[in-house]
Amino acid sequence: MPSLKDLRNRIASVKATQKITKAMQMVAAAKLRRAQEAAEAARPYSERMGSVLANITQAIGGGGDAPALMTGTGKDDVHLLVVCTAERGLCGGFNSQIARLARDHIRKLLADGKQVKIICVGKKGFDILRRDYASMILERVDLREVKTLGFVNADAIAKKVINLFNEGGFDICTLFYSQFKSVISQIPTTQQIIPAGLASAPAEAVDGGNAVYEYEPEPGEILSDLIPRNISVQVFRALLENAAGEMGAKMSAMDNATRNAGEMINKLSITYNRQRQAQITKELIEIISGAEAL
Amino acid sequence: MWAGQDHLLLPSSYSLLTKLIMAEAFKFELVSPERLLVSEQVESVVIPGAEGEMTVMAHHAPVMTTIKPGVVTVKTASGGEERYVVFGGFADIVPAGCTLLAESAVAVKDVDRADLARRIQEAKEDAADAKDDQARSKAEQFLSQLTTLEGAILPA
Repeated sequence: MPSLKDLRNRIASVKATQKITKAMQMVAAAKLRRAQEAAEAARPYSERMGSVLANITQAIGGGGDAPALMTGTGKDDVHLLVVCTAERGLCGGFNSQIARLARDHIRKLLADGKQVKIICVGKKGFDILRRDYASMILERVDLREVKTLGFVNADAIAKKVINLFNEGGFDICTLFYSQFKSVISQIPTTQQIIPAGLASAPAEAVDGGNAVYEYEPEPGEILSDLIPRNISVQVFRALLENAAGEMGAKMSAMDNATRNAGEMINKLSITYNRQRQAQITKELIEIISGAEAL
Repeated sequence: MWAGQDHLLLPSSYSLLTKLIMAEAFKFELVSPERLLVSEQVESVVIPGAEGEMTVMAHHAPVMTTIKPGVVTVKTASGGEERYVVFGGFADIVPAGCTLLAESAVAVKDVDRADLARRIQEAKEDAADAKDDQARSKAEQFLSQLTTLEGAILPA
C-alpha cells in the first residue's frame, strides 16, 4: 500500500500531465483549423487543374504524343513509394496506420518480385520503415523546419520524383498519405501519380462545354508542362491533407489522454481519501484504547 | 399602346448603348496553389502568354495558353486596375470567363525583391549547369523572362 505522501505526489503528477495534454489538445485544435483552411484554399487550384487537364486530354484524344509521365514506361518492375507521414508523434495511430499500409504494399510488391524504392516525407514514417526496409529508402524529406506548408515544399518533392523518373529510376510511383475525412477519422490512402491515369478524365469538360480550343503552344507541349505541375499539385494536396489529419488525430488522442488523466485523478483521490480516513480512525482507536486502559 | 412600345424598345437600345460605351464584364479568376487570389467581374485582363502578351475581354475565343513570368494587369468592372506578378502557369480562356492558374502569384505592391533575386540566381545556375543545348536555351529563355520582369516592376 503506498503511503499518503506517495499518493499525494502521484495525484500532483497526473494533474500536471493532464494540464499538458489539455494544452496540447487546444494547440492541435487551433492548428487543425488553420490546416483545414489551407486545404480548403488549395482546393480551387486542383479542381481547375483537373478540368483543364480533362479538356486537354480530350483534345489530344490519348494520342501518341502524350508525355511519358502520363503513359508510363510500359513496365512495372521498379516501384517508387512516396510515404508521407507527420514529423511528430503523439497523434494516436496516425503515423503507424500510414506506415502499415505502406509496409503491406511493400511486402506484396516484394513477393511479386518487384524492386521497391522509398522516399520518406516526415520523420515518423521514416523511423518505422527504417527498421525493415532501410536499404530501400532513397531519401528522407525533412519538413520539421517548415512552419507553414507551402507549394514550394511540395514542388521540391515532385521535382525529385520527376528527375528520378527521367533518369529511369522507376516505372510506377505511388503516393501514401492520410485522407482527412473528419477530426476523428483519417483514412490511409494510396494514390498512383506516375503514370497519371488518363481514365480519370471526366467525359464532359466542365466550363468550356465542347468548345473548340485554340492551343498556344501545341497541346502536346502544354501537356508536357502541365503534367509535372499536376504531380506537384497532387503532392501538395497530400501534404495538406496529412497536416490536417495529423492535427485531427492529435486532437482526439490528446482529448482521450486528458479524459484518462481525469479518471485516474478521481480514482487516486478516492484511494487517498480512504486511506487518510483509515489512518485517522486508526489513530483514534489508539488514543481511545490507550485512555480506556488507564 | 404607345407607352407599351416604348417600354419594349428602350431596354435593348439601352443595352446596345452601354455595350458601346463600356466593355462588357466577364468573370476572371486568378488561382495559385495556395489560394484563390482574385475572383471577380472584370473588363479586361492582360496576360503574359508564352507566345506573346494578350488582352482578354468578354466573348474571347476559347484559348488555352501557358504563361511566362510577367505581370498580369486586371481592369476591374468597377474601373480600378490591379497588377499581379506571376511566375509561370497557364490560362484557360472561354467566352464566359478566364481562369489563370499561376504557379505563384503576388500583387505587384507585395513583391518580395529578395525572392525575385533568388529566383534569378537559381535560373542563372540552371543555365550554367544545363546538360544539353536544348535545356540550356530553355533555361536562358526563362532567365531572360525573369530579368525582363524585374525590369518591369522595379520602378513600381
